[in-house]
Amino acid sequence: MTASQTALPTRQAIDDDPPPPRPRGQGLPAAGFLTPFLLLYVLFIAGPALYGLVMSFFDTSMVKPGLSGFAGFGNYAEALQSADFWSPLWHTIWFTILTTPPLIVLALVLALLADRVKHGRWFFRLAFFVPYVLPSAVVALIWMWLYTPGLGLIETALTKIGLTSPNWLGDPGWAMPSLAVTTLWWTLGFNFVLFLAGLQEVPRELYEASSMDGAGPWQQIRSITLPMLGRTLTLVAVLQVIASLKVFDQMYIMTSGGPNFATRSVLQYVYDSGFTNFRIGYASAVSMLFFLVVLAVSAVWFAIVRRQEKEV
Amino acid sequence: MALTRRALLGGTAAAAALGLAGCSGLTPGRDPGGTLSFWNLFGGGDGLRLTQMLDAYRAANRGVNLEAVTLAWGNPYYTKLSLATLGDKPPDVAVSHLTRAKTLISAGLLEELKPEDLARHGLDAANFTARPWEAGLVDGKAYAIPIDTHPFVMFYNTDICQKAGLLDTAGALLPLDTPEKFTEAMKKAKDVTKAYGGVVAIDNDVASPWRIYQSLYSQLGGETLADEGTKVVIDEARATQALSFLQGLTRDGLMPGSIDYQGAIATFANGQSGFYFQGEWEISTFQTAKLPFSMTSFPNIFGGGKYAVQADSHTLVIPKQPDQDQANLDRSLAFIRFLLDQSKTWAEGGHVPAWKPFLDSPEYKAMTPQSNYAAAADGAVYDPDGWYSGSGSNFEIVTSAAIGSVLAGRAAPAAAVAQMRSDLTSLAKTASPV
Repeated sequence: MTASQTALPTRQAIDDDPPPPRPRGQGLPAAGFLTPFLLLYVLFIAGPALYGLVMSFFDTSMVKPGLSGFAGFGNYAEALQSADFWSPLWHTIWFTILTTPPLIVLALVLALLADRVKHGRWFFRLAFFVPYVLPSAVVALIWMWLYTPGLGLIETALTKIGLTSPNWLGDPGWAMPSLAVTTLWWTLGFNFVLFLAGLQEVPRELYEASSMDGAGPWQQIRSITLPMLGRTLTLVAVLQVIASLKVFDQMYIMTSGGPNFATRSVLQYVYDSGFTNFRIGYASAVSMLFFLVVLAVSAVWFAIVRRQEKEV
Repeated sequence: MALTRRALLGGTAAAAALGLAGCSGLTPGRDPGGTLSFWNLFGGGDGLRLTQMLDAYRAANRGVNLEAVTLAWGNPYYTKLSLATLGDKPPDVAVSHLTRAKTLISAGLLEELKPEDLARHGLDAANFTARPWEAGLVDGKAYAIPIDTHPFVMFYNTDICQKAGLLDTAGALLPLDTPEKFTEAMKKAKDVTKAYGGVVAIDNDVASPWRIYQSLYSQLGGETLADEGTKVVIDEARATQALSFLQGLTRDGLMPGSIDYQGAIATFANGQSGFYFQGEWEISTFQTAKLPFSMTSFPNIFGGGKYAVQADSHTLVIPKQPDQDQANLDRSLAFIRFLLDQSKTWAEGGHVPAWKPFLDSPEYKAMTPQSNYAAAADGAVYDPDGWYSGSGSNFEIVTSAAIGSVLAGRAAPAAAVAQMRSDLTSLAKTASPV
């Protein structure tokens, strides 16, 4: 949304025109305007992140003052050698694989449909977006009821049509797909709105011109809509991957990472190590390792965006 | 979708307001204006009984606004209790398992209870059963007031045992205190049920396999950890003996080798097994099911002259208060005393009272089957000390996984001992965070 709009003039400035001369004497006011944000940023993001980096090299405990003994790379070595670290990491990635493609494709399809509706467009927009405004605890409770074995809505419905229902959240094989479906229903609305905004920006003239030339709706989607949505698509994909990697609430509330740790995500492992077992130092090391994974994903996105900008 | 400055500022202000509300509102904790906050982790039958006890307190203390909070059992509970206490917003009184209180004490999260304060409320050591009281002391100082002992016990179906000829003329179960007698009883019960002799939960269970193994292993005199959990001292021969005995039972089809917690309850409740092994708290389940059953101590299979059984206790603790004064302390201790005085209600849920005035009363002796296994509390073996040990802890999770694989026939006893040793060693080697 905003990224695609603001990126546009900047790119033109770099490629076509010489950079405009920097206005002089604005340093102080600029610093003044930036201060409130910088203060909050340092206080709540940069500071704690640095502190976390420091703690990751110590045996810091939550219930002891100070940093405790120096551990060097001990915490990192422990995490990398422990199956307790790798299996939640895989669970997080598995969840990302299960949720990202449907959340992008389905949101795009629904946005295309909602954009074409002639009457009551507001209703469809609202209907798809509303679940997104619910807090995670509410979503989790609704879906726990739906999934309840024996008397849940889903099992009752399946039994009525003669199918047997698995134990959605109790079976280690089904628990993760069940959480993915819940997440799909819950967060679809966000991507949907981003796509809808992207669609509004496609100039109407292109459609008019193409229909004059005899293009059908399919051809219009393939040759006009999708290429014009390129940037939105990249943005949605990256936001989605990062959001999926950050998964915690649904699992913590609906399965507590079970059954038998089959749905414990990396962030829950960090939570368990740091807050339940008091090992803040080790938990920080795991966070740093996870940060590297997210960083790698962001780097890939950056590379893609750079390429897209060159192509346009 | 263009982001205007106005919208951004509005959003930031809203977010800031939410953030502030999160800090100042809704935080449970102490309020000097006559509110007594109490945290517990009891659901099911225990939860209902506790509610009765709290209602009685409310009726008797109109001036105190009792705020009781029930949180999810296990790690989530202890995590919240620790964080609230570290954040200077602790409840006035909280429930803790005795084995978890040890870690809270070494983390410095609990108030020491001084003898003179306890004496003012009649909470002297002499009024409690020795085992849980002494197990809760750290360097001779008291921090946790035990309300019960909950040992691992044996449930038996009286109809099935009658048919199997396992009851004496008075209708009590004949002693099963040797490996031979125990196995024989399982066989006879199996002949009656045509399914299984006994049942214990195995699959996806992070505690039950440990409980039955620990009962046998400690009867053999085995220890698992030493030096505050920094050393693993598993006795290979004894551990193998206990595990081989258990594996024999599932291998010969006397007990199911693959069954989860609810499945084990259902097997016993449906009369597909004559015996069921679990903590005494499941009493309410079978009373509700109108099953003809009784309960007794877990048999002394390997112990000979000395009885031992896996157990834990619920205790009442006072988390470290940022500004504790005498009046607050007395109100909290009086509340604890009030709950202890209702030990009868609590004992109905199966727990063996730790409060001697009730335990020694004829009223308790008349309670059956509760009083049948009261003696088990004297042989209570608590989970070993260690920051990663205690009820529902990593220690129980790791050991139960290895023991469960033996019961399921997936691993040989020696392999499971090796697995336990290696998993526990990596925990023992980790620098203690408390």
